Amino acid sequence: MKTYKNTGNIDTRSGFGAGLTELGQTNPNVVALCADLTGSLKMDEFKKNHPERFFQIGIAEANMIGIAAGMTIGGKIPFTGTFANFSTGRVYDQIRQSVAYSGKNVKICASHAGLTLGEDGATHQILEDIGMMKMLPGMTVINTCDYNQTKAATLAIAEHEGPVYLRFGRPKVANFTPEDQKFEIGKAVTLTEGNDVTIIATGHLVWEALEAAKELDEKGISAEVINIHTIKPLDETAILKSVRKTKCVVTAEEHNFLGGLGESVARTLALNHPAPQEFVATEDTFGESGEPLMLLDKYGLNAKAIAEKAEAVILRKE
Amino acid sequence: MQDFVTQVRRDILRQVHQVNSGHPGGSLGCAEFFTVLYQEVMEYSTDFDMDGKNEDLFFLSNGHISPVFYSVLARSGFFPVEELSTFRKIDSRLQGHPTTHEGLPGIRIASGSLGQGMSVAIGAAHTKKMNKDSHLVYSLHGDGELQEGQNWEAILYAGSKGVDNLIATIDYNKKQIDGATDDVLPLGDLKKKFEAFDWKVLELKEGNDVEAIRKTLEEAKGLTGNNQPIVILMDTEMGNGVDFMMGTHAWHGKAPNDEQLETALAQNPETLGDY
Repeated sequence: MKTYKNTGNIDTRSGFGAGLTELGQTNPNVVALCADLTGSLKMDEFKKNHPERFFQIGIAEANMIGIAAGMTIGGKIPFTGTFANFSTGRVYDQIRQSVAYSGKNVKICASHAGLTLGEDGATHQILEDIGMMKMLPGMTVINTCDYNQTKAATLAIAEHEGPVYLRFGRPKVANFTPEDQKFEIGKAVTLTEGNDVTIIATGHLVWEALEAAKELDEKGISAEVINIHTIKPLDETAILKSVRKTKCVVTAEEHNFLGGLGESVARTLALNHPAPQEFVATEDTFGESGEPLMLLDKYGLNAKAIAEKAEAVILRKE
Repeated sequence: MQDFVTQVRRDILRQVHQVNSGHPGGSLGCAEFFTVLYQEVMEYSTDFDMDGKNEDLFFLSNGHISPVFYSVLARSGFFPVEELSTFRKIDSRLQGHPTTHEGLPGIRIASGSLGQGMSVAIGAAHTKKMNKDSHLVYSLHGDGELQEGQNWEAILYAGSKGVDNLIATIDYNKKQIDGATDDVLPLGDLKKKFEAFDWKVLELKEGNDVEAIRKTLEEAKGLTGNNQPIVILMDTEMGNGVDFMMGTHAWHGKAPNDEQLETALAQNPETLGDY
């Protein structure tokens, strides 16, 4: 089984910051907007290097989204930065009308997504954002798994014409994808090849899926792990190719099962190749305060949970 | 100019009548404003380009008054006047509320869900500055629309940051769907409120008079570039130009029937030719 080396734990938001810093130097049309969370979003370097292209909006996310939409008129590529909750739920109608329906080239960059925001608790731990964003026609939805991939995705979305939701997080997690990767929007990455079960993961749970695959391998179960960094548009070809081989699937995400990656995969399978599926996701619940790793364990979003569901779904194969 | 305004009024009435829906009241009240803005004040190209570089831009925030916007855009050369007959019908570029989604020339943002246009106008104004483009950004907002909180985020921002290439106009007709703004949710002293947010306020008491509008818009243009956003509080009459539609909020979102249309059109005889 192919294994991956963690080159050192680091937060995905820092990958966003590094990507934005690079874009500042390479793309003069990139502008950044922030709603009083410059440090949390790692936008300080861009702000320092390009004060004329950095806009501090204050704690006014609705205004930030509208200003970003307006800035596209004249050719700017605005990157908005705040927590995932305030990037989506708080401003859903602004995104819907002024960005998505208006077809504006705005990049909504959202940190602190999911339970791993930790101690701040449920008010800040959005577990519904992927669902809200993927339902908007024309919106591209990306949830990256590590520092390197987040940086690569940040560079890639500047080249993509159209609205994008880029989701990443706060905790320091394994960094294991190649530093020099080319990020292809909508293209799944098959991390391990296997025959018994497909594990389709996104975001922080991709590393957990690899850890689960190792556990399963020790039990003689071969798992194919697919990193779906782009939830919309979904790489249906890669999913179907794998599930046709393994005949069952586990999806894993730091998000409610309602509206998440798992449901998108289930639709793809229902239409093309029905197969047993288990969901590693939160069960229609809010989060709570606590240490990120303890929360992931309590809500069943880690390698252990993925391995258990993999064994369960294999038993459901006909 | 007055002929243009009268024809716009006919267009508004005929558009909403033919689909028995739409918003004639606010549209009629802003016929002079749109006419002066597009016929005299703004510099623009009818060879429409979304980026609008080196031209003035306009954003309609209270998108429900689309009939007046469509009429003036068509009669200013953005699209064929005949297309007004498709207003609110299936497969039309003239949606109930304006949108970029169907590719109608002249529209740069979707509006309809209220309170979003000022933020968009500020963003476009920022980009003009970054592009070293000295042209201006204009916007129009309903007075009732100011009840939406996002406006006050935008008003605070534009004042505090000195966005001085923006001229926002408030259609101050003091009416909204449910009645007088003073009965629904009083707006208080709008002049003092904008001034408290560091805006330059111009009061236009005759918002249905082309000369007065021209004068105020020219004055506003002269005040740009002074580190302060500009707002025009434009007193208008909802339903202006049709006697039975004036002095009431009843025609905010209601179309006239056949007989009422005939009466209304008789008060606004054909000038430039009906579509």
